[in-house]
Amino acid sequence: MSGETKAQNEVIEKYSDENKVLLSVQDLHVWFELRRFGFGRAGYVRAVDGVSFDVGRGEAIAIVGESGCGKSSLMKTILGLYRPTSGKVVMDGQDLQSLDAKGMRWYHSHVGYVQQDPYGALAPFMAVKKILEEPLIVGGVKSKAEREQRIQKSMEEVKLFPVADFLPKYPHMLSGGQQQRVVIARAMIMGPYFLVADEPVSMLDASVRVEILKLLRGLQENYHLSVIYITHDLSTVSYFSERIFVMYAGELVEKARVERLLYNPCHPYTLALLNGTSVPDANNAKTFKEIPPGEPPSLVKPPEGCRFHPRCSKMIPGTCDVKVPPEFEPEPGHLVKCWLFQ
Amino acid sequence: MTMNNLRKTFQEIARYPSAIVGAVVILALVGVAIYTMITIPYQKAIELWRGGEDVWFMNPKNVPPAWFNLFTAKKQPVSFVINDQQGQMTRTVKTHSDGSQSITITYTFNYAYDYFPQDILLYFKATFKAKQPFASLVWITPDGRKINVTNFGVPNQFTYRVSQDSVLQGKLHGIDPQIALFADPKSPDPANPVPLKGTYQMVVSGVTWEANSDLSAEFVLHGQVAGLAGTDNYRRDLMVALLWGTPVALAFGLLAAGGTTLLTMVFSAIGAWYGGWVDGLIQRITEVNMVLPFLPILIMIGTLFSHSIWVILGATVALSIFTAQIKAYRAIFMQVKESTFVEAAKAYGASNWRIISLYLIPRMIPTLIPSLVLSVPSFVFLEASLAVLGLGDPTLPTWGKIIDDAFNQSALYNGWYYWILEPAVLLMITGLAFALLGFALDRIFNPRLREA
Amino acid sequence: MADEKLLRVKDLVLHFRTLHGAVQAVDGVNIELDYNRAVVILGESGCGKSSLAKAILRLLPRNVEKYSGEVTLGGQDVMKLDEEDFRLNVRWVGMSMVPQAAMNALNPVLRVGEQVSEPAMIHLGMKKEEATQAALKMFQHVGVPADFLSRYPFELSGGMRQRVAIAMALVTSPNLIILDEPTSALDVLTQANIFNVLKRIKKELGTSFILITHDIATSSELADDVAVMYAGQIVETGDAGRFFTAPLHPYSQKLMASVPRLRGTKELEFIVGQPPSLVNLPVGCRFAERCPQRFEKCTQDPPVIQNEDRTVKCWLYQ
Repeated sequence: MSGETKAQNEVIEKYSDENKVLLSVQDLHVWFELRRFGFGRAGYVRAVDGVSFDVGRGEAIAIVGESGCGKSSLMKTILGLYRPTSGKVVMDGQDLQSLDAKGMRWYHSHVGYVQQDPYGALAPFMAVKKILEEPLIVGGVKSKAEREQRIQKSMEEVKLFPVADFLPKYPHMLSGGQQQRVVIARAMIMGPYFLVADEPVSMLDASVRVEILKLLRGLQENYHLSVIYITHDLSTVSYFSERIFVMYAGELVEKARVERLLYNPCHPYTLALLNGTSVPDANNAKTFKEIPPGEPPSLVKPPEGCRFHPRCSKMIPGTCDVKVPPEFEPEPGHLVKCWLFQ
Repeated sequence: MTMNNLRKTFQEIARYPSAIVGAVVILALVGVAIYTMITIPYQKAIELWRGGEDVWFMNPKNVPPAWFNLFTAKKQPVSFVINDQQGQMTRTVKTHSDGSQSITITYTFNYAYDYFPQDILLYFKATFKAKQPFASLVWITPDGRKINVTNFGVPNQFTYRVSQDSVLQGKLHGIDPQIALFADPKSPDPANPVPLKGTYQMVVSGVTWEANSDLSAEFVLHGQVAGLAGTDNYRRDLMVALLWGTPVALAFGLLAAGGTTLLTMVFSAIGAWYGGWVDGLIQRITEVNMVLPFLPILIMIGTLFSHSIWVILGATVALSIFTAQIKAYRAIFMQVKESTFVEAAKAYGASNWRIISLYLIPRMIPTLIPSLVLSVPSFVFLEASLAVLGLGDPTLPTWGKIIDDAFNQSALYNGWYYWILEPAVLLMITGLAFALLGFALDRIFNPRLREA
Repeated sequence: MADEKLLRVKDLVLHFRTLHGAVQAVDGVNIELDYNRAVVILGESGCGKSSLAKAILRLLPRNVEKYSGEVTLGGQDVMKLDEEDFRLNVRWVGMSMVPQAAMNALNPVLRVGEQVSEPAMIHLGMKKEEATQAALKMFQHVGVPADFLSRYPFELSGGMRQRVAIAMALVTSPNLIILDEPTSALDVLTQANIFNVLKRIKKELGTSFILITHDIATSSELADDVAVMYAGQIVETGDAGRFFTAPLHPYSQKLMASVPRLRGTKELEFIVGQPPSLVNLPVGCRFAERCPQRFEKCTQDPPVIQNEDRTVKCWLYQ
């Protein structure tokens, strides 16, 4: 995002609600230094290596990728838990790195975090009421009455009725779905601008997943929240997000609206992911799936050129293994980092 | 941890009989401690324990507890005192025309024991200006014999001991007076007499020469057993020290255990959370401290600085914090630090101190409690050990001090086993009670240790 | 009479004794499995499916309250065998298991090759070299490179470790492998890889599988037959083709309606309420309180009704 586009946006901000950018990630790099006994550097884990995207207000995006692709590090940087090595994270016009302690507190109370493991996300020795009260206290809500009011409202939003019954319970007394609702209530309680949901339903049962995803969708619509879903399960993205970003080895290799990605996938890795995802169809048992050989590369020393090239069946020798592909736009709003689309 | 949690914990504890036994014993000890501190306040206890002849004169030396008689067929004589209050003393005063008074005090008692007493004492108190009152003592046996014991002028304070009266001994054919006065003349073996059982009387006939002159006496029989716990070589009733040792042992044990555990936890939390040089420093201090010999250093501190129990307590805690426990807790903290709910707390902006105190430490408490309880016995024993080594607080009567005194007086060699056994048994019971409770708590808080 | 079916499970019951009462994890389960077929047991957490696996393989904990029924493997009733006989000759010889989170169950201090050859040494009495050769062969089948033999588990990725666990179950060439949630913690492509491996083993070695999972979508990758488990009972069985297009039992129908599909457009449904606790089971049909189609008869426990070559435990099909 250049300076003038940002100024333009600030003007538009006052007059239209559409296309207002809430979160802007600009050429983000998050590198972790490898510890080494003795002296000298062992290298860096390049978890996030040049990621840029925008999230509009009220927009839900999904970041899809396998384990080891860097999506957790990306997510934690957006949450303010890691410092960017270079690049910017700008939320509501504020650059994350320029914030002082007070600013960070403002930031933290405007970003909600829904975690993967509902039971682990809740302190086992705290009752639900205390769990929900903590972010409020940390966020500076001094009046006890106001805190209780917000807790009540939050619980009602996640449909844990009767509220009074649930407040004194401890996490181990709740089912997985109920625990995740508490996690969501906690994420919502300070009235955030956006939620980051890290595989919010992967540890829940199949029939409970839909309930929770619908709940999140409902909250998103009611409160005009932006949501970033991190998942490796492509089958849910079409129900709950507008755009998808595919992440591989620290980069976003494809960005598109959901329908376009599902019906016109461009990047070979995206194709592989789509092929690898199953739908309930008995014919599956009779066919073998085509999967790119090998495994995702190490983030310490990624391959030269396009990082997917060692596994790509459509690799162009001389190009893909040498030069890093820039972003191409085969159709409007659909960006791919692949030499095939030059 | 709310009341609900505590109640559930108590219910769990109730499932283990050993824990109930342990808890009951601990409660009993605490009860004794509280009772002791109320009935024998600190100042009084110190006075009693330091007291000389005038405090403990009524007790014989080195005798076992009175209840030993329950276990023997033949009964040892129990020490007793006769003064105005008991009613076995009669006192008549006859005033004469010239101002002199004849005072007759008669002590009557029943002697039904199979052994001879250690001694018979009469404590005289006399008030006069110039002329000492005169007293003469006559002993009347159950079979009607009258023995003239002695007569003398009585100064302000005078203690008459039958066993020390060599004149009397001479009169009684060289036999020890305390034996001869009680011996049954019809004993089958004259060389080994048996006491004559029955009612004895000691008659004190006193004369005062002046007006306002007075004479009074107390009759004390030193038996072969005395009191609930026996006596030591200073005639002190060991019960005082045993009672007073309870709060001292409990307090020392609990304070040391509590203080150590608390500080260990705080330091391991700080080290685990901040990492870097803070963690490194704490770990190095721990490693050095683990190598240092604990007991010798305590002995050094005790010898060179102060014997005060507070100093010893402080030194104990300081040396006990940086031990292997810190490393164990640190490992647990590091693990908990990575847990998801801590991450969530960071995400909603909780500060470091908040996370350590509200999230990490409460997570640790279930692990801490059993180890706290289990460490109490070792501190109790430590205090006793230090006392035995001569480093105990010399003013306080504690269990360790009793054992120390006993050793110094060669108790075992002299056959005064009770002197050592009583404090030792109390120490063992205390240790056992905490151990039972602690192990049960361990099984509750660490579900993996449960059987099936 | 030669039995053409590889496995027959009849009225299998496994109840556990706990502080809160008896957990009726497996409550009268009937399964039939042919040679070289795969059946998937579909169920959510708390329905007793993991206990079913343990019940078939007799991997019982100490607090068993009731354990009865018939398990016939290759014509032989193995329930009648004593513990030692079962351990030596049936478990891991006739049938073996890849437990849940198997990749985390690998011994971290032993090399992977040793762990895979161990069952061969114990159950087939092979010597070390022979067993290592067998392990190598299994590595080939599951697609693990040969030089991984001398590696430790922590050097392998999650997908590789799962393949090693499958090799361990395969090394004694059993006819039946039970897989408990084999891919629940794995990525999409790794999952697809594992299923490719399983399909290949099924084709090349003729092994039969019992796949226990809650993931309906991936279960279709291997399933020839489907059995749906709810609250300790099997409520529907049938072949996969007809199950995935038209399930019979209301629970199965609701499950299928809750599966997100890659290019799906229909609104997803979810089931209100929760499965009943296995300690406190309701009287009558166990799904009745959450069933949109319940009626008066549902207060009684429905029988298992034969519907062509499928079975349903539901009054609606009487």
